[in-house]
Amino acid sequence: MSVLRVLDIAPGVTVQDMGRPGWIAKGLARGGAADRLALLEAAALLGQHHPLAALEMAGAGGRFAVDAPTRICLTGARMKAEIEGRPLGHCETALLAPGEVLRVGGAQAGAYGYLAFAGGVLGEEWLGARAAHLLAGVGRFVAAGDDIALGPDDAPEAAALVLEPEPRLGGGALRVMPGPQSGLFAPEVRARFFGTEFSRAPQANRQGVRLDFEGPAFESETSGLASDFITGGDIQMTGDGRPYVLLAESQTVGGYPRIGTVIAADLPRLAQAQAGEALRFQEVSLAEADAAWESEAAVQARLRKALRPRLRDPRDIPDLLSYQLVSGVTGGNELEDE
Amino acid sequence: MDGAEITPEVLPLGQDGVLVRFARAVSPQASAAVARFAAEAEGLAEEVAPALASVLLRFDPGRRTRAEVVAGAEALLAAQDWGGLYDPPPRRLWRVPVALEGEPLAEAAELAGLTEAEARAELLAAELRVRAIGFAPGMPYLGYLPEHWNIPRQRDLTPKVPAGALVVAVRQLVLFPTDTVTGWRMVGRCAFRPFRREAEAPFVLSPGDALRFEAVTAGEVEALEGEPLGGAICEGAA
Repeated sequence: MSVLRVLDIAPGVTVQDMGRPGWIAKGLARGGAADRLALLEAAALLGQHHPLAALEMAGAGGRFAVDAPTRICLTGARMKAEIEGRPLGHCETALLAPGEVLRVGGAQAGAYGYLAFAGGVLGEEWLGARAAHLLAGVGRFVAAGDDIALGPDDAPEAAALVLEPEPRLGGGALRVMPGPQSGLFAPEVRARFFGTEFSRAPQANRQGVRLDFEGPAFESETSGLASDFITGGDIQMTGDGRPYVLLAESQTVGGYPRIGTVIAADLPRLAQAQAGEALRFQEVSLAEADAAWESEAAVQARLRKALRPRLRDPRDIPDLLSYQLVSGVTGGNELEDE
Repeated sequence: MDGAEITPEVLPLGQDGVLVRFARAVSPQASAAVARFAAEAEGLAEEVAPALASVLLRFDPGRRTRAEVVAGAEALLAAQDWGGLYDPPPRRLWRVPVALEGEPLAEAAELAGLTEAEARAELLAAELRVRAIGFAPGMPYLGYLPEHWNIPRQRDLTPKVPAGALVVAVRQLVLFPTDTVTGWRMVGRCAFRPFRREAEAPFVLSPGDALRFEAVTAGEVEALEGEPLGGAICEGAA
């Protein structure tokens, strides 16, 4: 086990993994990373069998040091970062050695950046996961001075890898499938909803994202409605008829009507929208939504196949002479499917 | 239409969910149907969760298709009449100390057409069931109070009610596990917390549990705050 020393940290950083499924009947949403794809990308890059916990950074990072050499990578939001003057690119692995300081700045694109370590962040485990779930009082924001346990990196010298991330930063279209309450909205209200250009409002967190738009409220039949189950991606119309899309740490039941559900593949795009960025909704049928489902294991296998060795401009490498430049040997299995 | 008729529908909830909804509105009949269906639906999906008037079947689309889950649910629905059911006998009965007092209690009583003393007596006389757990971790929806308790929300939100607050909401009582903002009227306060983050079993209640409130003073609730279950007693009931 090694230790990550947090020298300095921006607000809103938490430990996140893939969350805790299976507790809906007890009122606990799965939680986990706001952008799950970012943890799958990190797992592929770092050779993790399944995604391990990482630091989720809500818009800005911090300064970090380690006491044992470990491979790291940054995924999700595009954040400017460097290790002792060596730039650390988006979606590429790098070695962080003891005595070096990693600096992660603000997000240039996207809302949630992930700093992942080859051996994962250990932190406290609760109900089988390490993810902070602030609504439930589980975990807390990472603070300057924290020492966070890391799993060991058993191949710190493995060749650096890079991945072209799936495009999802900067807003765009989100596919929406019908839900149990879609029928409470009149056809003309639904048509107007799918024709409206929204923008992400300033109010957003791990529970959900509020959307702004021009025009009248999206009204629905609501009288006497029982509180019912909510799932991540549900587009809830609050009392004022304005949409609020639920994310990883949402409540599990609620009384507001929901016009539909953003499909899982498009939730990272929603989570990564910065305030003011344009979003619109595209209606898909139930059959189309189900056909678009892909298991996270399949996504990770696909990402693993897309890994490439990192080729760098030699002028960016200050310690060029210390590199093995001839053989191109790798750890052996980074490029293989399992 | 008041939404209370038992008309089961099988609906999608996300790419990995099938929702079986028995009625749009809450009622003892819908909850009884929910309890029966949830008990019989074990195995139809990876996760079976009851709410006030619906049951969620959350499945792993890598292991079974929506069509299979829907077919299983429809076969169960076709096997019996889901109207006119009664609650099964409770497996557990909780007795929970509560201090019933305060300005919002007087307001709620008036809206229900009762004196404050009558309101208190009705809240203490009700044998309630845990109808759903949700919104926040471990938070129970308890029902049902008599029809005249179907009172509207406040016009404005109360910025903060404390952990342990008991509020009245559409013939139900909700016991908040943490400090919260709410539009419902707080009629009492308990030292019992239905979610104990540090405990071996963090979720104290289960859907279907019966629950009765027993009157204590505000001072007694204060004194019970340090107790593991806030003075609540659980009896295995026949």
